[in-house]
Amino acid sequence: MSEAVRFHFDVDGENFTSAGEASVAIKKTLRQMGFSPDIIRRVSIAMYEGEINMVIHAGGGKADVTVDSEKIEIVLADNGPGIADIGLAMQEGYSTAPDNIRSLGFGAGMGLPNMKRYTDSMDIQSTVGKGTTITMQIRIA
Amino acid sequence: MTIREIRDLLDAQVLTCEQSLDHQVFSACGSDMMSDVLAYVKDQAVLLTGLVNSQVVRTAEMMDMVCIVFVRSKQPTPEILELAKEAGIVVMATKKRMYEACGKLYHSGLRKTDSKGDAGAAQ
Ligand SMILES: Nc1ncnc2c1ncn2[C@@H]1O[C@H](COP(=O)(O)OP(=O)(O)OP(=O)(O)O)[C@@H](O)[C@H]1O
Ligand SMILES: [Mg+2]
Repeated sequence: MSEAVRFHFDVDGENFTSAGEASVAIKKTLRQMGFSPDIIRRVSIAMYEGEINMVIHAGGGKADVTVDSEKIEIVLADNGPGIADIGLAMQEGYSTAPDNIRSLGFGAGMGLPNMKRYTDSMDIQSTVGKGTTITMQIRIA
Repeated sequence: MTIREIRDLLDAQVLTCEQSLDHQVFSACGSDMMSDVLAYVKDQAVLLTGLVNSQVVRTAEMMDMVCIVFVRSKQPTPEILELAKEAGIVVMATKKRMYEACGKLYHSGLRKTDSKGDAGAAQ
């Protein structure tokens, strides 16, 4: 692939039911592009966790995926409350999710560590009161 | 085990993708927390859950699972079934509770451990 391919999604923060649509769309696209099931699953899980986080913690945001000859890059950007202590948020089991989120099946504090586990690099930029941008890369070559 | 055998063992009603009943599956997991499914499950093909919302289908889809069993007579909405159909996932509903449903499948041989050697996640 000589030129990078880009995909953009607006992630609706009002609608828990539609959360994950961007990840489903990317999964389909990567399948059509012929990526291996392993790569596709890693991208899908990491992006889906991040997408759910934007919906439940940040009121929605934007997802941008770029595929070039070396990597798949996922950038998730929101204007939510930000993360005060990123080190703490990265710990397994740490969650600020309220009970109503837990009753929807989320809020175990496993998402961020899982995103790190399934990607080759993950960078979190966050400012309290301004928002969070997470950049993840998965090498394909 | 085939998905058809799961249906028979659990006395379940199949709600989508009936055409895939002969698909072979080797492992399953039971959980109401999608967070845990995403974090701990490896190659389980079947998800048993008492949680009913669209994220159950999306989680299963992200994990390449092929069958969702709703326990305790939970009835998914048409919207949820539509998502499952698009994803090609067999959805069924059983009256059995989580413990009994998992136990029946495990006892009948659906107990292959995942690639890391852990038993299937069960919460
Ligand atoms: N985009 C975000 N904006 C603001 N805070 C966030 C964001 N993403 C994560 N956080 C914070 O980091 C914590 C840990 O996130 P993580 O995804 O690991 O767990 P969780 O979302 O609470 O639960 P789970 O992912 O297991 O369903 C969250 O509880 C929340 O406080
Ligand atoms: Mg999360």
